[in-house]
Amino acid sequence: MRMILSLLLAGIASTAIAQDVSEPAPELVGGSVRTNVAIAVPVMPGDALGRQVSEVIVSDLRSTGLFTPLGPGGLPGYSVEEAGNPAYPSWRNAGVSALVSGYIEPRADGRMTVACYLHDVTAGRELTHQGFAVTSANWRQAAHKCADLVYSRLSGQQPFLDTRVVYVAETGPKNNRQKRIALMDSDGSNNRYLTVGRNTVVTPRFSPRGDKLVYVSYIGRKPRVLLYDVASGQERLLIPGNHITFAPRFSPSGRDVVFSMAENGNTDIYMVSVNGGQPRRLTSAPGADTSPSFSPDGRQIVFESDRSGTQQLYVMSSDGGGQRRISFGGGRYASPVWSPTGNMIAFTKIAGPFRIGVMNAGGGGERILTDGWQDEGPSWAPNGQFVMFHRTAQGAGATRLYAVPVGGGSARIMPTPVGGSDPSWSPINN
Amino acid sequence: MKKSILIGMTAVALTLGACGRKTPPAEIPPVEQPPATDPNSTDPNSLEVVELPALQADLVAKAGSDTIYFGTDEYSLDQASQATLAAQARWLLATPNVRASIEGHADERGTREYNQALGERRANATRDFLLSQGVPADRMTVTSWGKERPVATGSNEEAWAQNRRAVTVIIR
Repeated sequence: MRMILSLLLAGIASTAIAQDVSEPAPELVGGSVRTNVAIAVPVMPGDALGRQVSEVIVSDLRSTGLFTPLGPGGLPGYSVEEAGNPAYPSWRNAGVSALVSGYIEPRADGRMTVACYLHDVTAGRELTHQGFAVTSANWRQAAHKCADLVYSRLSGQQPFLDTRVVYVAETGPKNNRQKRIALMDSDGSNNRYLTVGRNTVVTPRFSPRGDKLVYVSYIGRKPRVLLYDVASGQERLLIPGNHITFAPRFSPSGRDVVFSMAENGNTDIYMVSVNGGQPRRLTSAPGADTSPSFSPDGRQIVFESDRSGTQQLYVMSSDGGGQRRISFGGGRYASPVWSPTGNMIAFTKIAGPFRIGVMNAGGGGERILTDGWQDEGPSWAPNGQFVMFHRTAQGAGATRLYAVPVGGGSARIMPTPVGGSDPSWSPINN
Repeated sequence: MKKSILIGMTAVALTLGACGRKTPPAEIPPVEQPPATDPNSTDPNSLEVVELPALQADLVAKAGSDTIYFGTDEYSLDQASQATLAAQARWLLATPNVRASIEGHADERGTREYNQALGERRANATRDFLLSQGVPADRMTVTSWGKERPVATGSNEEAWAQNRRAVTVIIR
């Protein structure tokens, strides 16, 4: 066990050095650290919230699929003073490789500090620490930040745990489904509804800064794109004219939105400023051109089109030029989404069942990640290591959100209070 | 006082709608707003459309059906659909002062956004045929519900065939 962690930590060190010379971060989950590292997370001292903070850290670390977190129940406690200077031999005797410690203390401004330490128990040294100032009501965010610190340090990946998910909450029978836009933390807590369910709503998507949403609502019996401000709840129609508009998604700058408009039996892709004005047309081929998604550098757009006869994936430059097909496997390809790391595209593969897959951004390298009857609507975690999607059950049509590791592994269900579809993962919270 | 009367009327209209039509009950129109006005408005509440359930029932009675059906991933009209639409056109030409919302639907075996495009193709093909039968363009509006409003709930070919449809909805 100690040997494994030493090797593990050596691997981490080399990963960190590689990142310092700006090599691209490894794309696959875990990379050299795909091992069940036992991490002790005892109750944080200093405040009654310490147990809950530690419980959320354990839950977050478990959800990454990379670690075996232990505690906080069943583990011995420690003092505030010991957080940065733990008794390594006794943790070693407990058989753990790493320890997450910390403490909570009040601040002069009325908030509290949650201090978070990660220790290499085997080597008997601290790996990293950081303090997070939060209001006591916002203690969960400090726990997510601490878990992200541990995850990032041990995996070499960017953080993704302190994020939110916007999705469509679904209730009622299949032939009279009520749909509401819902927002939750990415661990399922703090779920709240942004719309009341009077109008059918679909496909909410976060802005790059996480402060706005675009989504489609049926207004006057037509699908219309709405721009929604998360802090104020204010919203307005984005596109002038009473047209059939759908499939909205922000550009990486957040200044524009790409979407589809259907007219006279033909669906094309357009772009409009979030400040309003006339949309610019990007495609004009006969057929259904839809589900546009920008590359993270803003220079390209991936979309689906049935111009060849069946749904396939295409890439074009952000002004609509240079359209070329990138999907050539068997079956149909739909709802592409460019990865935040820029090198992959997630999609829905239709070949009998609907499955979520990924391919290289230039095409090729296809891998199918899921095995449901109808899995669709992929959305990337901001670090590119997980894809969330929704799975529809045959028959009753119940839909649930799932997240699957891109590097391989089984999908885990997201704890939503009711059915869910069309997830959009937020950027990391501030 | 005026507001409460309007709410009462809305409730009656919804009840009739549920009896007379296959589609689920309409969304409740806002009582304080007039129907569709400025199409360039950015206020979502300004664009509500009012259904006319009694006239809808009359269309179904006289034209035989307000609905036509399509093959998988198709939007062409077969002879039965054309006959139904010809009868709908006669009803529309004999019933001035109403408009028709031509509404395309898809089955669940397509992705959400593709189905929104496919529903518009079906609605557009339906509209084009009604146009060829003399129904003026300004009396028709086209929309797509994609797979959002299935009428049959099964996951089998029989249910999917019922959901691949275009419905002529009479509106003010």
